[in-house]
Amino acid sequence: MEVGMYDLSQTDRTGSATAEGVSLAPSAHLRRRNLVQKIAVNIMRAGTVVTVVITAGIIFSLIPPTIQLLSEIGTQIFGTSWAPLFIPPEFGLLPLITGTFVIVLIAMMVAIPFGLAAALFLSDYASYQTRRFVKPILEILAGIPTVVLGLFGLYFVNPKLVEKYWPIGESVGYSALGAGLMTGILTLPIVASVADDALSSVPRAMREAGYALGATRREVATKVVFNAGISGVVAAVILAFARAFGETTVALMVAGSYPKLSGNPGDPMQTMASFIGFAGIGDQPTDSTGYRTIFLVGALLFLITLVFNLIGNRIILRYREVYE
Amino acid sequence: MSTLSLASKLSPIRKLKDGSFRLFLTFSIVATLSFILFVVYTLWNDSYFLMSSDLLTKFPSNDPDDVGFQSAIFGSIWVVGVASLLSLPIGILTALYLEEFAGKRNRLTSAIETNIQNLAGVPAVVFGMIGLAFVARGPLSWGFTVGSASVVLAMMILPVVIIVAREAIRAVPPSYRDGALALGATNWQAVYRLILPSSIPGIATGSILAVSRAMGESAPLLLLGALSFVTFNPTGLDSQFTIMPLAIFKYASDSRDEFHYIASAGSLILIVILFTLNLIAILLRDYANRKSRV
Repeated sequence: MEVGMYDLSQTDRTGSATAEGVSLAPSAHLRRRNLVQKIAVNIMRAGTVVTVVITAGIIFSLIPPTIQLLSEIGTQIFGTSWAPLFIPPEFGLLPLITGTFVIVLIAMMVAIPFGLAAALFLSDYASYQTRRFVKPILEILAGIPTVVLGLFGLYFVNPKLVEKYWPIGESVGYSALGAGLMTGILTLPIVASVADDALSSVPRAMREAGYALGATRREVATKVVFNAGISGVVAAVILAFARAFGETTVALMVAGSYPKLSGNPGDPMQTMASFIGFAGIGDQPTDSTGYRTIFLVGALLFLITLVFNLIGNRIILRYREVYE
Repeated sequence: MSTLSLASKLSPIRKLKDGSFRLFLTFSIVATLSFILFVVYTLWNDSYFLMSSDLLTKFPSNDPDDVGFQSAIFGSIWVVGVASLLSLPIGILTALYLEEFAGKRNRLTSAIETNIQNLAGVPAVVFGMIGLAFVARGPLSWGFTVGSASVVLAMMILPVVIIVAREAIRAVPPSYRDGALALGATNWQAVYRLILPSSIPGIATGSILAVSRAMGESAPLLLLGALSFVTFNPTGLDSQFTIMPLAIFKYASDSRDEFHYIASAGSLILIVILFTLNLIAILLRDYANRKSRV
């Protein structure tokens, strides 16, 4: 691509070097070509500016209301009760944080084993034909809208599984367990596809060395390929974690909107993301406390997912550099 | 492992471990597939008796016998359509710039890349918040309209479009460009006449997947008033609107059983729309792969 850039300046230089009365200046056609390129490049460059503007927009929309609210409520955010829209309001973030982590942990318990199994299956067990069949299945799963998983959690998982078989506590129709399971299904394809990318890029020679030493396929898959691709597997888990963290609709539909401080997954809970959705439905007037609360929780959510995404993407970049 | 002999057979325990591991992996895949089928079956079981064209032609109502999704379907088409018109051109041009014109990786370009990667991971609901702060209210104050919602969804899928388009562009053999440049084409001519056309199937595949993500997404528009009861189709960017996922959400939260069945029926309609989009994307990719192998 530098060749092209160089090309531009070359034309100009030849243009000035006239000899023997024959003008070597770029023809009108050539100049027009170069002008078109300049305009096109600048239009395209503007696109990258848009992405920067969006990030700036997110940060500038989150910070002012957050700071304003924090200066009003101060240390109240360390309390143990969350009821910002009530009178008197309570701003203890703890129930939202525990609710989020309970649901994300359950989700990871589904997504990690099934996602990694799918990834290992695709990278080391499936034939080309099977792969062509299984990959689209995972894509279809990734394409199921969150609202449908929420509906399934609300009408099937909660009443028919959690209510019947979960031994602790009384069921009220909403449960963090159901929401966690559905969020797990949602993030399974992320684990599978990111980990599959990593495991498939482990050099063939390493596998063959394993087989040559007499290892079985399982031994090669779990001890050679998995260990060689471990950074990609970690990245897959981190990215799925970030996705589960920000999931709104499933948590809102299945876990309800009661921010209960509880360690029992059979209880209803509210996550940080589902609080935003819940409060957003209520159409909070600008500059009200409720409005600012959305942005406070949103800022926290953004910050946490940002950290996880940064780490995950950095790891992916690193293993790509190692193997490619 | 130390007493390895070529003639020896696998010990029964290793053989068993090997077999059961294969079984476990296969089970995981089969379970995943069955889950999808089971969800679809449950939805169908809850709603097959409702299936008629009424669901597509009628409007939201408080009477469960008189409910349809027409305004939600048109709302989704409007919002996602406008969002695509906004984000696809910008996304593809940005991808072309980053792949073909940005030059060597330096601080600036790698900062832009990191930024795009992170934007793709920002929770969807956060885009609803920036829409609420700047588009629906605040400086633009467009209100809860098709226009606001489209801008929010466009911002949400833009990073995804850029990432998939870059992958598609990267897959074009460098010899194409080298050949064009050697024949005296400018960089832009090489891109416009060769690289862009040959990467179009890949870009289309990724774009369709991004668009179908926008169509299934509900969270950001929760904050933009899309959960409201809208009994008319949008007529323009300043119309009020509702969308399929939130119409389903609304009926699902109703306490009456009849509305649960309607929510299931709506889910099936949405799934059919999205599966069709996904299928087109998958077929396109197969076509592109076959073409590139020849």
